[in-house]
Amino acid sequence: MSDPSEPGRAWVFGDNIDTDQITPSRFIVSSDPDELATHAFEDLRPEFSGKVETGDFVVAGENFGSGSSREHSPLSLVGAGVSGVIAQSFARIFFRNAINLGLPVLICPGADAIDDGDEVSMDIDAGIVHNHTKGEQYDAEALPEFLQTLVEQGGLKAYTKAKLSE
Amino acid sequence: MTGKTLAEKLLSDKSGTDARAGDYVEAEIDVAMAHDITGPLAFQTFDEVTGEDADLFAPDRTIFTIDHHAPADGVQAANNHNAVREFAAKHGAHQFDVGDGICHAVLVEEGFVKPGDLVIGADSHSTTYGGIGAFGTGVGSTDLGTALATGELWFRVPETMRFEVEGELADGVYAKDLILRFIGDVGFDGCTYMAAEYGGSTIESLPIHERLVLSNMAIEMGGKAGFVEPDLRTIDYLERQTGEVVPFDDDLHSDEDATYDSVHTYRAEDLAPQVSKPSNPENAVDVTEVEGTEIDQLFVGTCTNGRYEDIKLVADILDGEELAPNVRMVVVPASKSVYQYMLQTGVFQTLTDAGAVIQSAGCGPCAGYHQGVLGDDDICLATANRNFPGREGSMQSQVYLASPATVGASALYGEITDPRGVQTERYDDTVFAEVLS
Repeated sequence: MSDPSEPGRAWVFGDNIDTDQITPSRFIVSSDPDELATHAFEDLRPEFSGKVETGDFVVAGENFGSGSSREHSPLSLVGAGVSGVIAQSFARIFFRNAINLGLPVLICPGADAIDDGDEVSMDIDAGIVHNHTKGEQYDAEALPEFLQTLVEQGGLKAYTKAKLSE
Repeated sequence: MTGKTLAEKLLSDKSGTDARAGDYVEAEIDVAMAHDITGPLAFQTFDEVTGEDADLFAPDRTIFTIDHHAPADGVQAANNHNAVREFAAKHGAHQFDVGDGICHAVLVEEGFVKPGDLVIGADSHSTTYGGIGAFGTGVGSTDLGTALATGELWFRVPETMRFEVEGELADGVYAKDLILRFIGDVGFDGCTYMAAEYGGSTIESLPIHERLVLSNMAIEMGGKAGFVEPDLRTIDYLERQTGEVVPFDDDLHSDEDATYDSVHTYRAEDLAPQVSKPSNPENAVDVTEVEGTEIDQLFVGTCTNGRYEDIKLVADILDGEELAPNVRMVVVPASKSVYQYMLQTGVFQTLTDAGAVIQSAGCGPCAGYHQGVLGDDDICLATANRNFPGREGSMQSQVYLASPATVGASALYGEITDPRGVQTERYDDTVFAEVLS
């Protein structure tokens, strides 16, 4: 996964972007990140999959990733090379899926100041989102200690492997 | 310390800690479930974490279903089904196949879930199990795959939002109307990270098949779980379903001095039938506000309202009648037993006589994107749980959500119709039981 502290293009979405809009259900017969990436936001924003570049960010409003439990949604963003997701708030299952996969996510109430195409980056430890285009920065919620441990260990799979080998 | 909510009690019990809202715990899982969409990714995780030949934490409490793209609507779907069959057989887990029904219907019918259980399902509507007093919650495939290996999973202990309803529902008003109103009031993300808890005299009087509707749609306000405190009605229901004695634990309720995030109170008499307008479940309005909206398709089914009582209610309304000429109706029973009871009791005949199409049991167009997909500008009235843009087909199509009674009444006139103008029954849990016996 690319380094979220490196600046990348912001792809800005609105409120209540549900998992059907991130990965329409007709495509989730595949579990392959690269294939899923070719259909990410296909109905909502058809140009996304062709133009997104490794190191870009997804920025959204309230309740990003609501709806189904499909891990195909965060996985499609991993496949697309997205460095991280910045949203004003997340739906619960998307948030935990992203953490489990090791996809950086930050809850950032000021994310609505970011415009599509702005260059942004994440400081995960400090809980700060930088907007390099506008020369601004926005506070984000730091992850609780337990989740930081999970992320530091590389996600739930690595955490579980380590635990099983104890 | 103050008392605990049911959510706090259950996660305390399963984690062996004094769990309070906001704590992170690792809790022991009682039942784990995945289906044909989420299973294959979970199997990859399991193999990666623990090795392909390792044992499941509890094969007898692990259930895999084939319900979302069933029967297979393409080669990839068929391959996914085979992956589910192979993994289940290799590890000795329970497996339900094409036509057996939707995971949430099957797990309840077959008695896999008991009050007080911690159930994880790789499906967001796993909140359904709260209708019988279990902590049911939806998780992703990585969660499920690791839990299959360890029998444990991490949880943030949720705050609880209580919905208290007193009084008697009017004729034509059902649990579906209650939950659409709750979602409309608190919003699509109003209960995010929290447990919903439904109580009061109205809820206590609801049969189990209606309580399951409330819990099922807790996720549509962001809920992590959705509880109805189990009672003797719950035990009766489970004993009838399983033919086994189910012990009653009288501590499975929130303490009187438990701390809630908020309590929302309602009078049942005040509630009109509700319809959620496109394209979010939170757009709930009284049916009178959208009466007369012309529709193209009616969809009866899903893990929310595809049970026998739901479909029978629609059949009662259509008995001896025909669908309005401008509409088509797709019926998808939630389980194979529902399908078979429809045959036995004449419900099948009534519906096909009226002009409905009846599919094999499963998720149908709700999540499968098959068996009744909507075209551009189609308007659908559904007993389903979600009406997101493009959920059942074209991004230009529109889906309205309502109760089976509202869908049945609307089928007669080809437009959204107030069910209070037609005769509707309120079935208790014995209707299904009578067919069983």
